[in-house]
Amino acid sequence: MPNKYVTEEVLKQIGKAAEPRTYEVERGAIRRFADAIGDDNPLFNNEVEARKTRFGGMIAPPTFLRSMMAAFPEIRIDIPGNRGLDGGSEWEYFEPIRPGDRITVQARVTDIRESEGRLGPMVFTTVETTYTNQFGQLCAVQRATGIRY
Amino acid sequence: MTRKQIYFEDVEVGTAIGPLEKQPTTQQLVKYAGASGDFYQIHYDKDFALKNNLPGVIIHGALKNAFLGQLMTDFAGELGWLRKLSVQYRGMDQPGSTVVCKGRVTRKYVEGENHLVDCEIWLENAKGEKTTPGAATVILPSRA
Repeated sequence: MPNKYVTEEVLKQIGKAAEPRTYEVERGAIRRFADAIGDDNPLFNNEVEARKTRFGGMIAPPTFLRSMMAAFPEIRIDIPGNRGLDGGSEWEYFEPIRPGDRITVQARVTDIRESEGRLGPMVFTTVETTYTNQFGQLCAVQRATGIRY
Repeated sequence: MTRKQIYFEDVEVGTAIGPLEKQPTTQQLVKYAGASGDFYQIHYDKDFALKNNLPGVIIHGALKNAFLGQLMTDFAGELGWLRKLSVQYRGMDQPGSTVVCKGRVTRKYVEGENHLVDCEIWLENAKGEKTTPGAATVILPSRA
């Protein structure tokens, strides 16, 4: 069955990237984030304790990356309801995030697909965000699924 | 650090992870909004939430994601590494009651030099409903 909303034109948006943004990671921001989520792991709030570990100092909790928001690539899909849902997200972690790091965040559209759901045709979009540190190391990748119906 | 460290050899398929209990309050949601930069009003403005056909303010999906992240970094310990974490938002949760993060090991394997453990994880509400299922992969240290 041909797609109703995900046309050839819409598919051309796969690969579209938003402007990168660069953030400096502040030690206080890591501590406040760990406190806000209620995580008392010394790796995230205690430099003295964290120095004794293999990390050699404080690191950020895995979901701290959310506080460094990427510019989002606009995805144009002409769908009547124009309702949206957050379908969830998947994270991969490669390198720790440390106080003083400069992290460049960039989001890119990696998939747009249509399927028939209970509420009619639904469009699933995947946006991949990369987090790269000042040494050019890829620290993490997030894949977020958006649902429009 | 005096936290307990788990090793690859200590886990089997079926090994339980957690539980990690959380009692999010409206104050915690405000703190999370500030720390994360997510200022969508459905998470702290009750009138706004009600106008949007919600039962009241609801917990940020990202905060539940963070709770599940803590479940896994606690499990992996200082010598372990959280390699993958995924969550799906299936149901809403409101502040003022207990939510519990749990998981279990579904697979253990060696890939190159890494000792890996795949886990099924979820956050459940006071009724035991899994509102936020997910999956995680951790690298654990090995005694070998």
